[in-house]
Amino acid sequence: MQADGYLAHAPGYVLNEGPKLITGRFVHEDSFTLERYRATGGYEGLRAALEMTPAEVHDEVRAATLLGRGGAGFPAGVKWGFLPPGKHPYYLVVNGDESEPGTYKDRLLMERDPHQLIEGCLIACYALGLRQCFLYVRGEMALAQERIAAALNDAYAAGLVGREICGTDFSVDIVMAWGAGAYIVGEETALIESLEGRRGMPRLKPPYFPAAVGLYGQPTIVNNVETLSNLPWLMVNGSQAYKGFGSESSPGTRMFAVSGHLRRPGVYEVEHGVTTFRDLIYGENFCGGIRDGHELKMFIPGGGSAPWFFAEHLDLPLEARPVGAAGSMLGSGAIVIMDDTTDAVRAAWRVVKFFARESCGKCTPCREGTTWLEQILRRILDGEGRPSDIDLLLDIGDNISPGPYPAAAHNGQEAVPFPPRQTTICPLGPSAVAPVVSTIRRFRQEYEDKITRQDPIRIPVAAGAAP
Amino acid sequence: MSLSEANEALAAEIIGWFPRPRSALIPLLHLAQEQDGYLTDDAMRRVAELVGATPAEVKGTAGFYEMFRFEPVGSYMVNVCTNISCLLWGGEELLDHACETLGVEVGGTTDDGMITLEEAECIAACTEAPCLQVNYRYRGRVTPDDFDRLVDDLRAGRLDIPRHGALSAVRQSIPAERLAGVVPPEQARAAPVWLERNSVEAAS
Repeated sequence: MQADGYLAHAPGYVLNEGPKLITGRFVHEDSFTLERYRATGGYEGLRAALEMTPAEVHDEVRAATLLGRGGAGFPAGVKWGFLPPGKHPYYLVVNGDESEPGTYKDRLLMERDPHQLIEGCLIACYALGLRQCFLYVRGEMALAQERIAAALNDAYAAGLVGREICGTDFSVDIVMAWGAGAYIVGEETALIESLEGRRGMPRLKPPYFPAAVGLYGQPTIVNNVETLSNLPWLMVNGSQAYKGFGSESSPGTRMFAVSGHLRRPGVYEVEHGVTTFRDLIYGENFCGGIRDGHELKMFIPGGGSAPWFFAEHLDLPLEARPVGAAGSMLGSGAIVIMDDTTDAVRAAWRVVKFFARESCGKCTPCREGTTWLEQILRRILDGEGRPSDIDLLLDIGDNISPGPYPAAAHNGQEAVPFPPRQTTICPLGPSAVAPVVSTIRRFRQEYEDKITRQDPIRIPVAAGAAP
Repeated sequence: MSLSEANEALAAEIIGWFPRPRSALIPLLHLAQEQDGYLTDDAMRRVAELVGATPAEVKGTAGFYEMFRFEPVGSYMVNVCTNISCLLWGGEELLDHACETLGVEVGGTTDDGMITLEEAECIAACTEAPCLQVNYRYRGRVTPDDFDRLVDDLRAGRLDIPRHGALSAVRQSIPAERLAGVVPPEQARAAPVWLERNSVEAAS
């Protein structure tokens, strides 16, 4: 079923040394088939779960402190606990709309191990009494859709999904749904809107959690693909074994896509919370350092939405709390490395251009502000910047994501508030502010040089490119 | 004809999986786009009837999503990523090169109607930068030479890539006897049996 044009074997995934809880099957060429899945312990987690009560399964997930892998890092067991008792029916919505810039892990999990995800969905549905699951796959991921559709067809035929699963009274349907090209649909309430057949615009909050009011107004759990993919291993091996990996507050492993100016960019499964950025970027077991002859200039620690980090942050562990305390986030496990050849203004502009293009237009500060930020950065790059532009950028940022900047000083420079405060319903707007403030704060001189035309633009610009 | 007989049958099956017909909107639009290569007004009218929306609501929703096209495009949609990870490895230069090779601006279609060129946002292949998709099939670490070869191959029909609109080659299909059953919100107010039974067991 492999359409022509795909690279044969999980391009991007790098088999490093260390525990492999969710990518272990990737070494097999046929890892996506039911046959291989079963031969490698597949559906044993479901079997183990079915021998427990739903409440016991939930307790096990809670005990494991399985943190959500979609970006916010909220513990899945706690999120599950927000379902109001007795307000059936509940729904499960799987967020497979991976599109945060730099993020590349859910696609691998869907393409290379779709049964693991399906089994994770079943375990969640069993634990919480969910009777229908919608697996929402990003529209642009044709192979992931193909692999999931084929896996679901095989699983239905084998009695693993649908009516009376494995001969028990546990019944649940898993239906694949599609996106059609909209980054914002990755926000969970926008995803629900999209699943209801509407424009994918985030819903007004509160209620903050779809567990209270979600799909069709019913309690709904929205979980990320990677989060659910952890459940089969967790059910087979138990929360104690799970906590044997990673740190105490961030147990288990996590997939990180490390891209940019590296000797060996790749997707790595690493122990959560104990590995540092330095290990991952420079370790011979991982990326092997910056490409030859160059030095690190800056890096994005958690996807396009995250404020940027620099060399002094390299020794932080890959763990939400210390990264958050240092002013950024681990987000979706996307680390982008930029070396000393990178034009900071141009790099910031490109990320801002993304958010300007993807703003859904619901909130004015984001709809207008992201576009203004992009236009101002563009004119600075084109050598037409004005002396007031740096302050203007910070002021627009302040209107989308009110912060100590531009006026307040923090370590002598403008600070990025984190977590961001926002004048918008969802974090997309503040995400566009992050790269601007990060780069102005650190590389103000580069902006000023461009504005005073001491640094003529050398880089060709894409013809006709428009947000 | 707005939807073929085969697609009418598929549409009915897909609608039957959702508690509300409107939830089938995006899947049905993909079906229509696969049939015609883009969304015709007739197809959108038919989808509107099927999901219980007005044609304006359908077009208004479809217009939010970038993959849906309202006018014919090339047989092959080439999306070149220029987002941050690809930018660092020459994604913009690759897009410039693509414009030159194809003789079109971004968003344009070649004179022979074969290829439409688009600038893509991050398509989750960041470690394989610069990357692109042809009708949503991936190509990684693409050099300008690779790109020219790809164009030659596409024009010569040497690649087995279905024309624009076709996504997954496999469709989900649920045999009637295996279907657990849709759960509309206004029904199924009681807890599912396994949840009740087990909690009673656990309590006793």
